[in-house]
Amino acid sequence: MSGYVHSIQSLGTVDGPGVRFVAFLQGCHLRCKCCHNPDTWALAGGTEYTAEELVGKAVRYREYFGETGGVTLSGGEPLLQATFVRDVFSQCHRHGIHTCLDTSGSVLTDEAKAALAETDRVLLDWKYTDDALYRAHVGCRLESVEAFLRYLNEREIPVTLRQVIIPTVNDTVENARNLRAVAAAYPCVDKVELLPFRKICQAKYDNMGLVFPFGHLPEPSAEIMAMLNAVLSEKI
Amino acid sequence: MMHENWNGFTTGVWQNEINVRDFIQTNYHAYEGDADFLSGATPRTAALMDKVQELFRLEREKGGVLDVDVNTVSSLVNYAPGYIDKENELIVGMQTDAPLKRGVNPFGGIRMARQACAAYGYRLSDKVEDEFRFRTTHNSGVFRAYTDEMRLARKCHVITGLPDAYGRGRIIGDYRRVALYGVDRLIEEKQKDKAALAAEAFTQDNIRLSEEIFQQITFLGYLKEMAAMYGCDISAPAKDAREAVQWTYFAYLGAIKEQNGAAMSLGRVSTFLDIYIERDLARGVLTEEGAQELMDDFVMKLRIARHLRTPEYNELFGGDPMWITEAVGGMGKDGRTLVTKNSYRMLNTLYTLGSSPEPNLTVLWSTALPENFKRFCAKVSADTDSVQYENDDLMRPLHGDDYAIACCVSAMEVGKQMQFFGARCNLAKLLLIAINGGYDATSGIHIGPQMPVMTGDTLDYEAVAERYAVYIEWLSKLYVNTMNVIHYMHDKYAYEKTQMALHDTAVERLMAFGVAGLSVVADSLSAIKYAKVHPVKDELGYITAFNTEGEFPKYGNDDDRVDLLARDLTHQVITELRKTPTYRDAIHTLSVLTITSNVMYGKHTGATPDGRPAGAPLAPGANPMHNREENGALASLNSVAKIRYEDCRDGISNTFSITPEALGKTEEARVGNLVAILDGYFAKKAHHINVNVLNRETLIDAYENPEKYPNLTIRVSGYAVNFNKLSREQQREVISRTFHSVV
Repeated sequence: MSGYVHSIQSLGTVDGPGVRFVAFLQGCHLRCKCCHNPDTWALAGGTEYTAEELVGKAVRYREYFGETGGVTLSGGEPLLQATFVRDVFSQCHRHGIHTCLDTSGSVLTDEAKAALAETDRVLLDWKYTDDALYRAHVGCRLESVEAFLRYLNEREIPVTLRQVIIPTVNDTVENARNLRAVAAAYPCVDKVELLPFRKICQAKYDNMGLVFPFGHLPEPSAEIMAMLNAVLSEKI
Repeated sequence: MMHENWNGFTTGVWQNEINVRDFIQTNYHAYEGDADFLSGATPRTAALMDKVQELFRLEREKGGVLDVDVNTVSSLVNYAPGYIDKENELIVGMQTDAPLKRGVNPFGGIRMARQACAAYGYRLSDKVEDEFRFRTTHNSGVFRAYTDEMRLARKCHVITGLPDAYGRGRIIGDYRRVALYGVDRLIEEKQKDKAALAAEAFTQDNIRLSEEIFQQITFLGYLKEMAAMYGCDISAPAKDAREAVQWTYFAYLGAIKEQNGAAMSLGRVSTFLDIYIERDLARGVLTEEGAQELMDDFVMKLRIARHLRTPEYNELFGGDPMWITEAVGGMGKDGRTLVTKNSYRMLNTLYTLGSSPEPNLTVLWSTALPENFKRFCAKVSADTDSVQYENDDLMRPLHGDDYAIACCVSAMEVGKQMQFFGARCNLAKLLLIAINGGYDATSGIHIGPQMPVMTGDTLDYEAVAERYAVYIEWLSKLYVNTMNVIHYMHDKYAYEKTQMALHDTAVERLMAFGVAGLSVVADSLSAIKYAKVHPVKDELGYITAFNTEGEFPKYGNDDDRVDLLARDLTHQVITELRKTPTYRDAIHTLSVLTITSNVMYGKHTGATPDGRPAGAPLAPGANPMHNREENGALASLNSVAKIRYEDCRDGISNTFSITPEALGKTEEARVGNLVAILDGYFAKKAHHINVNVLNRETLIDAYENPEKYPNLTIRVSGYAVNFNKLSREQQREVISRTFHSVV
């Protein structure tokens, strides 16, 4: 099974635990207004790899993975190429390499479930805690992501919930409390990460002749991030 | 034989022969704990360091040189004692009679001494000029013997940075011997060696050696005299930790008073000194705070060591470096770690005294090092950008477990091996000379085998490789012969008496050659092989530019198609070098290391087929060319790791800069990830890495507002520099390098 890869980052330290080889798969069906990788949207394109080829590359970095690192597949939405994900991850497991999937949680087909069976950790992008915001700024329903998380919980797959904090959209105490409540409701979630909204991707939009929908919004201050992180760690 | 100052030490063969390693092995206490035991700077240390900082400020204000003594030739006993603050110094000794005042050392060459004085507004005194009027310096000896071709190679910069006008350096005396044995015992052993020579045939080699031992003994005498001027009697072994540090420092001080070698490295003293500290701690005569103070004072002295250099020298070796390299950590042959509490104290000076390029702290990394120590090193690196790492698991099998690093990456067994330092040849320029059939278009000089300029609309890979091989063969022979001249003359006219007195008499010699421009040549060959390279000729018919059409694999992306071109090239060069015999049967070694000379080398190199414009800097050391790395940091590291240490036994330098954000989200994660990266890189059999954790913006800000960053330290290429001491051009090159960041 071949897959289409947008790009490779041999040193990933922010997408999953430890030092990771990260492949960004090509193609996404969502159009999040905060997306920082618009160049991964198109379903056509990318470099074709067989699972063997991609894992062959990843294995060259195994010495760096230590006890906690491994391979992360990100995107794009990697589960649009679920069978490729499954093949890559199952081959990683044959080499004893930890696998991590960075997903929007909006694809839960049988193929996606097969891929999740080979996934050691899911980085689940929980973009908003509010369905209206999901519909307005993502293009899917919150309940499809909830269904995804329920499935992960049933399967006892460890989950890191991630959320990009966007000033004026979701940088509120209430949102942080809601996110904390989601984490608390699902035992599979053992970590929550708030990521500051960043605009370095503006150049990508410009190059592609696209409007960056959230380009007019500011980046969050370190103080806001610290305050929201403090809310997350409050005892319920 | 048990000297009373050795009471409390475990006995061993070290008492019967000069054998510091055996002393260490029988007496040291490995430490696997964490850094919590460390003390901070005491008020005394902080006050003394404030004085030093003030001196640094004055030195900067005066354009980089605080003062020069133009009347005295630098040597062990020629200056009155000097102090920073006599009452408050625990460790004493200055190069001249005042801190940061530089001495003149014309033994390497009187012209260089004269020019160096003039560059900073001084005039070498008539007294010194007169003293050297009838004296042959190393420099004049070399130029008497140089052939026309050697002069041409030097002139057109295909071989550059040759130590033919100043001290060669890269020799590490076993300074610990003075502390362990006292000078009298060392003299006694040297006298025995000299006497033993009498039984041999008095060949040229033995006559020379006999004279050398005589000089060594004389200078051991001067060393005692020098210490006596500071009120210390170093004829006997050190009796406590303070004396051990002081005796060791005196030995080093003697060496840098006598010699102005490019790199005057310290060796591997931390764990040795730990033995004395542990003994004093056990006896209750020293506290942890006191132990840190001793190391702080020692390091403070090392930080104010200086040599007087010319601006041309600074262009090659930017930042006024001394390369007081101290190797820390590593593993023993018996599997115990050589990390001690004093390894931590040495690194801790970067906190107690602030970050600094000197001493050049070099961690000998083994995947078997204690985890606590690995994490401490990573933290210090991320906090200070002042540490480099070298692969103990690669070097230990070749050099044993008591080797140290001279300069940046040159391993040698302490007191048993020395090196003939030999700068580097410019492989990128050589490729252009080969393509032009023995013509250097940059200087307009014809050199090497003369043949037609390569023809054809597109360069053919096989033809270029074949042609290049002819020129590599030619240059290798010339290079070895040039080095032979230099080191013959250095031994004859500027022999390192103090340092060689602190070596075994039967010493093993290494001759260290070097290459610059490795990544440019690898990418150029790759372009010729995988893309279409159309040469462009000037009006004289020489190729001076290239139009490169199409994509080609670039070194730094973990792509074997090009990485193996780089690997094979180093193998080819060392193989050719080995064909020409060396002076004193030294072992040929090779380094891929440029210091900051990659900027100067690039300036003298025309446009290359990889697309690099004429005059642009080469990549430093074994680094991939900046911004050609497309797959992230580890791919870049993997490319470098393919260069084989067995081909490049003098070291393979790689400088790695990463933003804090790209290393991890929290300090905890950054430390863990850096440890994983180092473990992985060295498991891949890589040799060396400089680690910088910082943002490009910081450097840009420092470039524009130097006054805001008086102590900004950054690892460059096998050493660290104070960013402000680099030339503007060197600063721009450092800023343009790849910073691995979050995409």
